[in-house]
Amino acid sequence: MSAQSVLFDAPGPKARARNAVYTVGTLILFAIGLAILYLGFNRTLTERETGLFDPATWAVNPTGQWTAEKWEPFLRPDTWTDYVIPGLQNTLTAALTAAVLAIAFGLVFGIGRMSDHWWIRVPAGAVVEFFRGIPLLMLIFFTMALPIVAYQVFDIPTGTFQVTALVAVVTGLTLYNGSVLAEVFRAGVLAVPKGQSEAAQAIGMTKTQNMWLILIPQAITSMMPAIVAQLVVLLKDSALGYIVAFPELLRSFTLVATRESNVIPAAIICAIIYIVINLSLSRFAIWLERRNSRRGRPSTKPTAAGGAPVAVQAQPGPAAPDATAQEPAEGGATAAGPSGATAPDEGSDKDDEGPENRRD
Amino acid sequence: MEAFLSNIDRVVDGFSWTVRLTLLSALFSFVLGILLTAMRVSPVPLLRAISTAYVEGVRNTPLTLVLLFCGLGLNSALGLSLSGTVAWDVFWWAVIGLSAYTACFVSESLRSGINTIPLGQVEAARSLGLTFTQNLRLIVIPQALRTVVGPLGSVLIALTKNTTVASVAGLGVQEASREMKLMFDQGIAPVLPTFVGFAIGFLILTLPTGYFFGWLSKRMAVVR
Repeated sequence: MSAQSVLFDAPGPKARARNAVYTVGTLILFAIGLAILYLGFNRTLTERETGLFDPATWAVNPTGQWTAEKWEPFLRPDTWTDYVIPGLQNTLTAALTAAVLAIAFGLVFGIGRMSDHWWIRVPAGAVVEFFRGIPLLMLIFFTMALPIVAYQVFDIPTGTFQVTALVAVVTGLTLYNGSVLAEVFRAGVLAVPKGQSEAAQAIGMTKTQNMWLILIPQAITSMMPAIVAQLVVLLKDSALGYIVAFPELLRSFTLVATRESNVIPAAIICAIIYIVINLSLSRFAIWLERRNSRRGRPSTKPTAAGGAPVAVQAQPGPAAPDATAQEPAEGGATAAGPSGATAPDEGSDKDDEGPENRRD
Repeated sequence: MEAFLSNIDRVVDGFSWTVRLTLLSALFSFVLGILLTAMRVSPVPLLRAISTAYVEGVRNTPLTLVLLFCGLGLNSALGLSLSGTVAWDVFWWAVIGLSAYTACFVSESLRSGINTIPLGQVEAARSLGLTFTQNLRLIVIPQALRTVVGPLGSVLIALTKNTTVASVAGLGVQEASREMKLMFDQGIAPVLPTFVGFAIGFLILTLPTGYFFGWLSKRMAVVR
């Protein structure tokens, strides 16, 4: 963000002239690239009889990809109702199911990896590292082959159960993205300030309560952008279902492309749909990040602004340590020693928040 | 397991394609990624716009679609044969697709690395009279690269795993996952050992890469 304005000076007359030259040069290169693509898909790049600068070369070729007939299928409603919408539904079904399952998987194994018992921690870590380290496509292939495994290993006759492409895709997406999310959750929990779980222990919460009531909510809030970013990856990866013939968005577009032999229009429209969905999800993640950083501020900003009130309230200020010093005395003589050392700290912290908050 | 081990030459052959895809795509995507980053921060608005549009567009497109486009669209449309044999022809198209896709992630990592460089570095460079290109080449990119060694390692690992997508129809590179699928379907060896064997193969590729880049990023870290 900062780099752009700092990497170069505000252009003077010479730099402006140079930039104009670069702009024109880029435009020419860009135009040549577009022209090659245009002619290539127009089928007049290599298989033409006319010269390169002949208008006939540049006219829309009726057998090329740019002719109106090739785009027309996407203006017919039945293309959308028969192919695109069902494909989109399947993609979203797979992605949403996998997202929910992956979050559950991630929570279980992320927390498992932080367990105090080695016999939970080590297997959970091994599972996470295994599924994170191997390609998603292999997981999908393996899930598809599970009936064969059942036959070979347990002698269960083939045909007892079948694995549909949807199940295979959802399983693969869950295991892979769940393992990545487990690491995200773990990083989030480890990033929660230590005082939080110490405070939870101090008020007598069990380890489970501490995890679910104190650590996980804060970890999820702070890691929300990373979680949404991973869900974008998940949605994009659901296109791997194409390879195992799961009728998702990409597959329905290839079906249209085969029927109408319009590969390029189909690819372009398919890409646009994916880009729109993923970009809006990414924008949502950025918005969440901004909102989080805004939400973090109120706890610090009043203290920064509260500097003035504290200075004004210079006289009530010294009274606060007195008040806190009396509280441990009421609590018991044994607690007075250790808490006395921290009392000035707490006193000054609470001072900034104002007397209303102190009661909470 | 014996049946799997007796076919070990097929496994090795599959992984040799995986490694070749990974290394060449890593090289090209690295170069393209640096170029895209330089364009992204350049003083010319048009270059910035092209780079932004490319990165945002390709990054949000599924890799399967990118590779299908290379295999079915570009391959036939441009009428280009990149190599004499079909196996190498599809291989090079897969390298192009993987590089085009991975370059976006390289560029995003590098850009975040540039953002961590203290402003004083760049200001000092400019006050010495370095031009934008000198500034980028001598000051910014070297420091940015050192800070993003770790993220680049993750990109490389993701690329290694993404090479499996090169087995899609229209390309069909004989890489490891396709070899595994063929061995499943042909019933050459029991499925479970085959899967475990190929999984171990990928772990052998990805885990050391992760540890190496973790070590390298600590070693290369810029002390500030």
